[in-house]
Amino acid sequence: NNSFNMNGILLGSVGVNRQTRTHVNYEVKDNVAVIRINDPTSKVNTLTRQLQDDMMEVLNEVWGNSAVKSAVIISTKPGCFIAGANIDMIKVCKSAEEVSKLSKEGQMMFEKIEKSPIPFVAAVNGTCMGGGLEFAIACHYRVATKSKKTVMALPEVMLGLLPGAGGTQRMPKMLGLPTAFDVMLTGRSIRADKAKKMGLVHHVIDPLGPGVKDPEERLIEYLEEVAVGVAKGLAKKTVTVEKKKGLMQKVQDAVLGIPLVRNQVYKTVTQKVMKQTKGLYPAPLSIIEAVQAGVEKGPAEGYHVEAVNFGKLAMTPESRALIGLYQGQVACKKNNFGKPEREVKSLAVLGAGLMGAGIAQVTVDKGVATILKDTTTEGLARGHDQVYKGLNDKAKKKSITTFERDMTLSFLKGQLDYSGFEKVDMVIEAVFEDLSIKHKVLKEVEAVIPPHCIFASNTSALPIREIAAASKRPEKVIGMHYFSPVDKMQLLEIITTDKTSKDTTASAVAVGLKQGKVIIVVGDGPGFYTTRCLAPTLVEGIRILQEGVGPKKLDSLTTGFGFPVGVSTLIDEVGVDVAAHVAEDLGKAFGSRFGGGNVDVLKTMIQKGFKGRKSGKGCYVYSAKKKDKQVNSGTEEILKAFKLTAPPAVSGDEDVQYRLVSRFVNEAALCLQEGILADPVQGDIGAVFGLGFPPCLGGPFRFLDSFGADKLVQKMKRYEDAYGNQFTPCQLLLDYAKDPSKKFHK
Amino acid sequence: YVFTTFIKLSEFTKSKKTLSKPGVRNVVLVEGVRTPFLQAGTTYADLMAHDLARGALQGLLNRTAFPKEAVDYIVYGTVIQEVKTSNVAREAALGAGFSDKTPAHTVTMACISSNQAMTTAVGLVASGQCDAVVAGGVEFMSDVPIRHSRKMRKMMLSLNRARTLGARLSLLGSLRLSHLVPELPAVSEFSTAEMMGHSADRLAAAFGISRLDQDEFALRSHVLAKKAQDEGLLTDIVDFKVPGKDIVSKDNGIRPSTMEQMSKLKPAFIKPHGTVTAANSSYLTDGASAVLIMSEEKALAMGYKPKAYLSPTYAIPKVLERSGLTLADIDAFEFHEAFAGQVLANLTAMESDWFAQNCMGRKAKVGAPPMEKFNLWGGSLSLGHPFAATGCRLVTMVAHRLKKEGGQYGLVAACAAGGQGHAMLVEACPQ
Repeated sequence: NNSFNMNGILLGSVGVNRQTRTHVNYEVKDNVAVIRINDPTSKVNTLTRQLQDDMMEVLNEVWGNSAVKSAVIISTKPGCFIAGANIDMIKVCKSAEEVSKLSKEGQMMFEKIEKSPIPFVAAVNGTCMGGGLEFAIACHYRVATKSKKTVMALPEVMLGLLPGAGGTQRMPKMLGLPTAFDVMLTGRSIRADKAKKMGLVHHVIDPLGPGVKDPEERLIEYLEEVAVGVAKGLAKKTVTVEKKKGLMQKVQDAVLGIPLVRNQVYKTVTQKVMKQTKGLYPAPLSIIEAVQAGVEKGPAEGYHVEAVNFGKLAMTPESRALIGLYQGQVACKKNNFGKPEREVKSLAVLGAGLMGAGIAQVTVDKGVATILKDTTTEGLARGHDQVYKGLNDKAKKKSITTFERDMTLSFLKGQLDYSGFEKVDMVIEAVFEDLSIKHKVLKEVEAVIPPHCIFASNTSALPIREIAAASKRPEKVIGMHYFSPVDKMQLLEIITTDKTSKDTTASAVAVGLKQGKVIIVVGDGPGFYTTRCLAPTLVEGIRILQEGVGPKKLDSLTTGFGFPVGVSTLIDEVGVDVAAHVAEDLGKAFGSRFGGGNVDVLKTMIQKGFKGRKSGKGCYVYSAKKKDKQVNSGTEEILKAFKLTAPPAVSGDEDVQYRLVSRFVNEAALCLQEGILADPVQGDIGAVFGLGFPPCLGGPFRFLDSFGADKLVQKMKRYEDAYGNQFTPCQLLLDYAKDPSKKFHK
Repeated sequence: YVFTTFIKLSEFTKSKKTLSKPGVRNVVLVEGVRTPFLQAGTTYADLMAHDLARGALQGLLNRTAFPKEAVDYIVYGTVIQEVKTSNVAREAALGAGFSDKTPAHTVTMACISSNQAMTTAVGLVASGQCDAVVAGGVEFMSDVPIRHSRKMRKMMLSLNRARTLGARLSLLGSLRLSHLVPELPAVSEFSTAEMMGHSADRLAAAFGISRLDQDEFALRSHVLAKKAQDEGLLTDIVDFKVPGKDIVSKDNGIRPSTMEQMSKLKPAFIKPHGTVTAANSSYLTDGASAVLIMSEEKALAMGYKPKAYLSPTYAIPKVLERSGLTLADIDAFEFHEAFAGQVLANLTAMESDWFAQNCMGRKAKVGAPPMEKFNLWGGSLSLGHPFAATGCRLVTMVAHRLKKEGGQYGLVAACAAGGQGHAMLVEACPQ
């Protein structure tokens, strides 16, 4: 009883004095305050309310302690300094003013550190992004570990935001205008040694091998020891913050000291941004504005514009779309099918073509033993070269060493026969898209593989159940649809039939995640999800070409809507033959809804050898030398021969754009309606990461939410009048159009 | 990982008394010698590697009065190769007057090259292929091969093949300033692109070895070496006459300093916060060593008094357990001292349960050797470290120590670039 009372009293007093610091703590070592961050509620540290409150409290205590001569800020969380601001804090805000206020609070805290009477050293190990990096650059000195996990970036632009806690003001001072713009407008990741070269950090330390405890735990201790040494030096003035500037730096500084030159820089950067974004993304322009305000009109104005713009941006549909994509991507990097019974440790790829070799590359890259099988030595040599080139390019860019390249390549085994297949855990076939060939290899493979081995087909349109029909064990058959080029495209579409076992799916997802893919799992059917959305869009594109809109105009209309690649270029990239194949196959499966342009246009192109980029000619003529591609006059002639009259009522520029988009979106909605798609999140991720649906719109379902299903249905009805059932809105669209409160995303 | 010393041992009997195995010939060290170890760029500066190797081989013959024709095989280690004498074993042996019927080959395994030479020799004797094998190692750091750049080499090779004057001129026309930048021998490891000193500094940091500890250990090494030198214990040295210069008979890198002086040095590799300095690292050294390894019966038959039984081994702890020996049974330890930080990190690792469990797959720590049995006559830090010559120096020294101190078992361990290590159990022969 007594002790209970004691506890009660203690608890009470603790509560009153707000001694419940959970995220930030500190100790004083030799006159250096070592401030340690660790959010116990999460795997990563983010700038939450609690963290900021704890930090302010600690800072005030440190500043109030006259024995403290300098301070170190360090995270004790493995692999993470501070990953950034907490997105949820922004999402709950109802107005731009509310978000601006958050920005101002951040600005104030960091300004206090910058103007602190004692020097601050940021000791960075692991992720240091967004608000985390803004925190670090408010400190006077930065030490970073060269651990692979140490990555610095200001990725706000990718979320449609700007660095809102002083980043737009401090970065230009630290890196110079051009580099600062580059870092903030691309949001690119910077590793420690690069950061040192750029002047973003002062000092780097190498990661440590095993000692008498966990290496990362020891590394953080070591980082702290080094940072404390630096902090002591700063206090005693034996270490200086200023670094020596090279000649180039001095010249650049002098040149950028001229206002006229600076104006030219702003102009050039703005032009570049407009060219790349077509004005569809407000964040980059806001960043330029905030930087310009600070540099030209002084810090007060700069910080003000930064905070105001931050608030405005947070309320834009573009930012919502990009944040949605970011969160969707995180969701699609998880395995929702549980841990597979056995891990895939060795894998075989059939067919060493573009896709097969690409799949092999992303597999060996993660240290999985991979057999690459082809039928000819020439094919095999080409595939092997593709893998080598992919890895060598990484070595050239210094993201891996040549030694790592060689080690990675040693996981690849090229061969012409089925030897060793008795030991593989998974086979992915990437042979020619022909059902009888697929059946043939499936039977050959099943004769040699062990019972647990999974057979995956990398097909872009053939229904998996038709492929599995030839299998003795359809529960082990699954579709794994990769996108070209495999090492660059993030998406993997996994297709399950009603016979595919859950463990097979879990295994395929695990392999895809290991390969670094963002994964959607969809139901079986002709074209699955992605190809099914692409086909009507392409067919519509051909009709538009037939109606006399030139390939260049069509490209500019689609990129102007936000697609990264125009439809004409897309046809060339995918391959005219592949496009014809898909259009015809799916046309047969879905009937007149998939009509529109005449497939014979593509077939005539193929006859003339215009197979797209791979053959040097398609909609355009490609040559290695010329950067600016010319329209292929041969294709123009074909289009003339197949000329259609454009109905004037639905052929304005905007209507052309919406005809393409509405067919895409309607088909996506149908996939959700029919259960091919499990949820709108996967639909959005698949469309953006696999097909290049405009990221600023966030995917077809996010687009319906923000644009309004009713508005789209109205447009479609007009198109339906002109062209018929290709534009008939599906039932799901009609339901959402009827009730505007219905949204695909909460 | 680079400096973690994994140590090898072959199986032997459960008997605690001897390393000998039934049915396998006993292999003995008859004699071991070395040239004085000199800092690079000093008295040996104008020589070549095979000169030093020849000196060690001749010294071995002089000291043992061994008939040259009775040597069945010669194995020599070297690390930085002189391209003119890529099989330095053969060049040195012929120069030392060995029979041209005695085959000789060169091995390379970084700092344990002569350990590998001895291991090869022990294998040849144990398997009955040979009765007497000379093993050794040489390193010559006063001169290293500095190459033309790859571009320049390519051009020069093409120039060789060019037939016409025009073709030659056009090739010469492609000469650019950048072609003339020379290529230094790799100071960093090929696979990790890391320099040894850098790696040693990280190793010391990983094990939390302080600068003070490292300086103290280096000082200990120099003090002990000086004492051994003054007391005349370094009897493995044979004089070396440098043409046109004096006879060299002493190591010249043994220089006990003070802690105060050592503490003034700046870190040599990781700046400014590293702990490895010039004073607590081994220095660039010229030198050669050689040992005579024989079957026990042949040595006794020829009237020699062998010094020690040799048993090259892998992985100390496994072997100690298998043989029923413990660290306590070892009377003399000779560990290679590349860097003070590395030795101390190795000792810390042997004392650590965490390391044993997480990095060696063992249940508990191995235990570290007691310092009163450890490198008592100095080590590579003070005596010098001609990479490929150090292994024989270690083995000969442990044999001499066992004799002097009256011990039975000695343990030699050395680490090498590329994350490799070597160890050898040595047992004193009955006198």
